[in-house]
Amino acid sequence: MGMDCNIFQMYLLGIIGKFNVMGAKIVSNNGRKALHGVHAPHFKNTTNMVPEVMPVPEKVYISLHQHMGAPCEPLVKKGDSVKVGQLIGDTTAFMSAKTHSSVSGTVEAITTMTTSMGGTDQYIVIKTDGLQEVSEEVKPPVVSNYPEFLEAVKNSGLVGLGGAGFPTFVKFNLKDLNMVDTLVINAAECEPYITTDYRTCMDKTKELLAGARAIAKYLELKDIYIGIEDNKPEAIKMLEKETANDPAFHIVSLKASYPKGAEKVIVYECTGRIIKEGQLPFQAGCIVSNVTSVAFLGEYLETGMPLVTRTLTIDGSAIADPKNVIAPIGTPFADIVEFCGGYKEEPVKMLMGGPMMGITIYSDDLPMVKNNNAMLAFGAAQAKVYEETACIRCGRCVRACPMSLMPAAIETAYKLKKEDDLKALKVNLCIECGCCSYVCPAHRPLVVTNKMAKRMIAPKK
Amino acid sequence: MKSKLMVSPSPHIHDAVSTQSIMRDVLIALVPALIASVLIFGFRSLVLTAVCIASCMIFEYFTRKLLGKSNTVSDLSAAVTGMLLAFNLPVELPLWMAVVGCFFAIVIVKQLFGGIGQNFANPAIAARIFLLLSFSLPMTTWVQVNSVSGATPLAQMALARAGEMQTLPSYLEMFLGQRGGCLGETCALALIIGGIYLIAKKVITPTIPLAFIGGVAVLALLFGEDPLYHIMGGGCLIGAFFMATDYTTSPVTEKGKVIFGLGCAALTMIIRIFGSYPEGVSYAILLMNIICPLIDRATKSKPFGGVM
Repeated sequence: MGMDCNIFQMYLLGIIGKFNVMGAKIVSNNGRKALHGVHAPHFKNTTNMVPEVMPVPEKVYISLHQHMGAPCEPLVKKGDSVKVGQLIGDTTAFMSAKTHSSVSGTVEAITTMTTSMGGTDQYIVIKTDGLQEVSEEVKPPVVSNYPEFLEAVKNSGLVGLGGAGFPTFVKFNLKDLNMVDTLVINAAECEPYITTDYRTCMDKTKELLAGARAIAKYLELKDIYIGIEDNKPEAIKMLEKETANDPAFHIVSLKASYPKGAEKVIVYECTGRIIKEGQLPFQAGCIVSNVTSVAFLGEYLETGMPLVTRTLTIDGSAIADPKNVIAPIGTPFADIVEFCGGYKEEPVKMLMGGPMMGITIYSDDLPMVKNNNAMLAFGAAQAKVYEETACIRCGRCVRACPMSLMPAAIETAYKLKKEDDLKALKVNLCIECGCCSYVCPAHRPLVVTNKMAKRMIAPKK
Repeated sequence: MKSKLMVSPSPHIHDAVSTQSIMRDVLIALVPALIASVLIFGFRSLVLTAVCIASCMIFEYFTRKLLGKSNTVSDLSAAVTGMLLAFNLPVELPLWMAVVGCFFAIVIVKQLFGGIGQNFANPAIAARIFLLLSFSLPMTTWVQVNSVSGATPLAQMALARAGEMQTLPSYLEMFLGQRGGCLGETCALALIIGGIYLIAKKVITPTIPLAFIGGVAVLALLFGEDPLYHIMGGGCLIGAFFMATDYTTSPVTEKGKVIFGLGCAALTMIIRIFGSYPEGVSYAILLMNIICPLIDRATKSKPFGGVM
């Protein structure tokens, strides 16, 4: 009977528009309603695989543009010998991130290659010597105040490791520290397959907490929220235990559904604050950082070793031996796959990142970059292309959208080139998570249309 | 080295649900009512249903072919229309009339307006009304299935309202479908099982059925009539679970669905109580279908964090 009452109450709430009956449920995240999302299969096959350090490849291809913003200029030239952690790319532009060598060896060339996004970038090709000699430049930073902390973050070359690639130093650079009071650490890891953030929680707990405390200290933040999906109960339990005596920390168990790790979603579900249209998290008083970024920072402040390696989940039906791999930045995917036992079937599609938002690569010769948290290789069956059919107005896209947009209506408005309608439908709020495309029974590429519609109404430059 | 890999925009995985799987679920949900109709009305209800499904699919196939469009017969939506239309016919209706109804549903109402997702009215409902207006007598000729009468309970209630003495079937007979009516609409038990299946499989949300049935119950009480007869009588249950929930002709947002369901209930009861015709579900749904775009416009979802 109690159960019936609950369903009835939920239904009543649904009627008065508090929340959607099918798309969302009340969960334990401080009693707040959960935003919509989809229940994609988790495929977290590598959960219990402690990351393995792969051998140094023969050559690395280090991109000078592994971040949002301006690309770096090379600081080395052909024939130069370089060491691990040595600064090899920098720029005077504000919005950028420094580039360091991930190996010791000799610069073989500085070339231009086509990226997975279709553009071109400069790459420094380094022939490795296998010695992995550490550069003299690498020493622990001396940090005692906010400007020194910012300088250290800048020198670490850190970008958002969750996938966005936003230069961390830029995110931390605030005109007025009174604007922010809360750190939200994103450990949701809602993308299927990927387990690197989970491994960070389990294997780098100390560094994670040290990094979080350093950010909170120098940015003068009162509260630290760590949001984790409830499909990772060990991580939640362990972090709760480790932070039990520190009142600044709040471990938030998020109901596992994609995209809990989207910035606006995790800020809302951890703190109840809404990042409004056109705002950045700091305007809601929050600094949001990926958990692996925070742990890296904790480690960097200790050792001074800049961002030269990273952990990736290597998985997908075409990979013989899926695992978590620690690889030097710039390692070609082909080398990483070889470390994972090679291909067990012909790869048809390969992704940087997860299956919901990952970007396909056209060749496994491409190197991994700082913000690659996964590389997936799909065989023919997994890379299946569905035939697009007519919209049946089922409303599943509306119920799936975490931003409560109406993708089917946006599609109609886009096709009719109705810019005013697109503005009224707030397509600019689309976070491009792909839930609408994922659930569409007619297999319409709704998120692609959203992206194009956003471009259609964007202020013309 | 692997080059020339497939490149495509994200997402790279997809939910197992497709238009075809949704329509298949609707067909499955209608099976209990089909079994009930065979038990109540006999083998001919199976024949009528098969003829309707087959002719709807054939009309769908040839219309698409004639129009030079991609063939949508495999999405099973035409089969759903056929099954629903059959369920809205009296069991003794001549088969050729049923085929005419299928033609109207698929060719006129569905395909001439652009096919699946584009029709302004539910094809099965529109075809039922078309048949009712064209062949009034055979469309209202009911076979006697219980000890009481061959007339439908709603017709009896209308007569009772006019002062005639009537013996209505019992609640149990109503619940099990032992009453006069269209072949798929009488068994409340089977329709509720089907409706629960659709909700459990997330094919429909419970909003429209609850608003529709709840609205009918409340209005029946207000008019001083027995709400259970109004819910189990006529096409209320099949309408609420299977016809009013048609995606194309019902609102997209939950708020819109509440308005839609309540509107269906209100029109149904107004027609039943004040109209000259004892049953109002079909007309109610048809009228609400037509104003659905207006409801949609008034009940857009509110974007998260949106600034107007």
